[in-house]
Amino acid sequence: MSRSLDEAAVRHVAHLARLQMPDDEITRFADQLSSILAYFEQLSELDTTGVAPTAHPLPVANVFREDEVRPGLDPERALANAPQRQDQFFRVPKVLDQEST
Amino acid sequence: MGTLSDLAQAIRAGRASSEETVRRCLDDIAARDVDLGAFLSLDADRALTRARQIDAEGADGGVLAGVPVAVKDNMCTAHGRTTCGSRILESFRSVYDAFVVHRLESAGAIIVGKTNLDEFAMGSSTEHSAFGVTRNPWHRGHVAGGSSGGSAAAVAARLVPAALGSDTGGSIRQPASFCGVMGLKPTYGLVSRYGLVAFGSSLDQIGPITTDARDAALLLGVVAGHDPRDSTSVDRPVPDYLAALHRPLRGVRIGISEEYFAEGLDPEVRAAVQAAIEVMRGAGAETVDIHLPHMKYGIACYYIIAPAEASSNLARFDGVHYGHRTEQARDIFELYAASRGEAFGPEVKRRIMLGTYALSSGYYDAYYLKALKVRTLIRNDFERAFEQVDVIASPVAPGTAFRVGEKCADPLAMYLTDVYTISANLAGICAASLPCGFDSRHLPVGLQLMGPAFGEETLLAISHQYQLMTDHHTKQPPLAAPGSEAAS
Repeated sequence: MSRSLDEAAVRHVAHLARLQMPDDEITRFADQLSSILAYFEQLSELDTTGVAPTAHPLPVANVFREDEVRPGLDPERALANAPQRQDQFFRVPKVLDQEST
Repeated sequence: MGTLSDLAQAIRAGRASSEETVRRCLDDIAARDVDLGAFLSLDADRALTRARQIDAEGADGGVLAGVPVAVKDNMCTAHGRTTCGSRILESFRSVYDAFVVHRLESAGAIIVGKTNLDEFAMGSSTEHSAFGVTRNPWHRGHVAGGSSGGSAAAVAARLVPAALGSDTGGSIRQPASFCGVMGLKPTYGLVSRYGLVAFGSSLDQIGPITTDARDAALLLGVVAGHDPRDSTSVDRPVPDYLAALHRPLRGVRIGISEEYFAEGLDPEVRAAVQAAIEVMRGAGAETVDIHLPHMKYGIACYYIIAPAEASSNLARFDGVHYGHRTEQARDIFELYAASRGEAFGPEVKRRIMLGTYALSSGYYDAYYLKALKVRTLIRNDFERAFEQVDVIASPVAPGTAFRVGEKCADPLAMYLTDVYTISANLAGICAASLPCGFDSRHLPVGLQLMGPAFGEETLLAISHQYQLMTDHHTKQPPLAAPGSEAAS
């Protein structure tokens, strides 16, 4: 089957999506995503000239509220699921100096 | 275990104790769920404590006081875990309750556990859960459907009288249909999504899974209503759904669209659905032929829009603030990509990839924008149809529950099973699934009733009137002996 999405393209999309994937998964996705994209082609049968897009089923407009001070999450609760923490902070691996070297 | 309404009444009248009811429910789950895999976690201690409290003090007239229920594990609970069926949230404990969880508990309901689902509600069989498949109570070799397969199987097996599910493209209705119970996807905006882990934000709705329409009405009345914390929550009075049940079928106009009975529909499903429509005609309902010409484009449209929204919503899982973090990140990119790559399952990755592609530079117009325009055409079809009819009747799915593993290797084949349910989410309208018979393998068949936006009263009334005349909803799956091997 000819693929509309080759492995290089799959790697590019995986990069955009911040998904690390082993080579066998890249190959599998190239096949699977290509056949799904081929299925999507049926939409091109439809003439949608002048049709307004529907991003949302309700006729909702922006919802505003007063900018009042309200209780939020206290630091302990906000940090409760942190993979790593230090004092009242989320701890992450050192990243900046590697960028500059 | 009786119906939700009966149990609530018995406890309220002092004929049953909540503690005994909850204890029996927990014992039942411990004994029988081994074979089903409907539950991901139980909250036995807290459930029993609350039950004793309600027995001692009453629950201020809460309509569900003391009654055990279950919720799908993509709804946040401040107690216990909220996993979404994903490794990435395997040990996640929410620090707050979802709106619906708060509503349930305020009404006195006792949440005994969280139910299994396809990872992040992405799937049609509950086979994409990171924690094991949920099996169909009627036939262990078949799937329970998905993504709310755990909730549907738990109600079908009478482990709990009712449960909440969520429906983005059929995830309440299809498992309800496969398991022989009632499911209702409310109109978009009727039930707050606050605390529902987002999948497709313009499509997701929470709704009841019960054995009958009366229980669906009762449970919907508890969870519906305005919530300022969900800016898409609609501010309008919640009708008395229980009172609406008594509306007669006479004169109701039921739309039949040939598009829903075309090629690809299992003849046994067709026969059961047509027989159900005949029952309604016999009670004075009128059928009207309608056309929904764009319905067949629903799957392509949905599988662009839902993954696009998912790819954006799931960007929050980055290994920084909560959830799985990789051990081997050397830089910030790797921290994100490896954490996500290690902990998301294949279907979630597939959808993130599809959505990212559809939104990416150069493809946005061809895929995403095109799908949004087709969504308008699908909506317009329904708007026109509902000028002529009160509801539209159709099958819920093209077939009954398929075998475990049957569609795993072919994602597109799995997507195609959503063909009849997807359009209701795209249009934002309400739709119910109710049991209407069995196929020759004795697997349940579901009838779908779709109504216009905020047409829940009509859907519930028609369902109730149908259930007064039929007994499909009272049929219970055979009891599996505790610990018995899963037979197929």
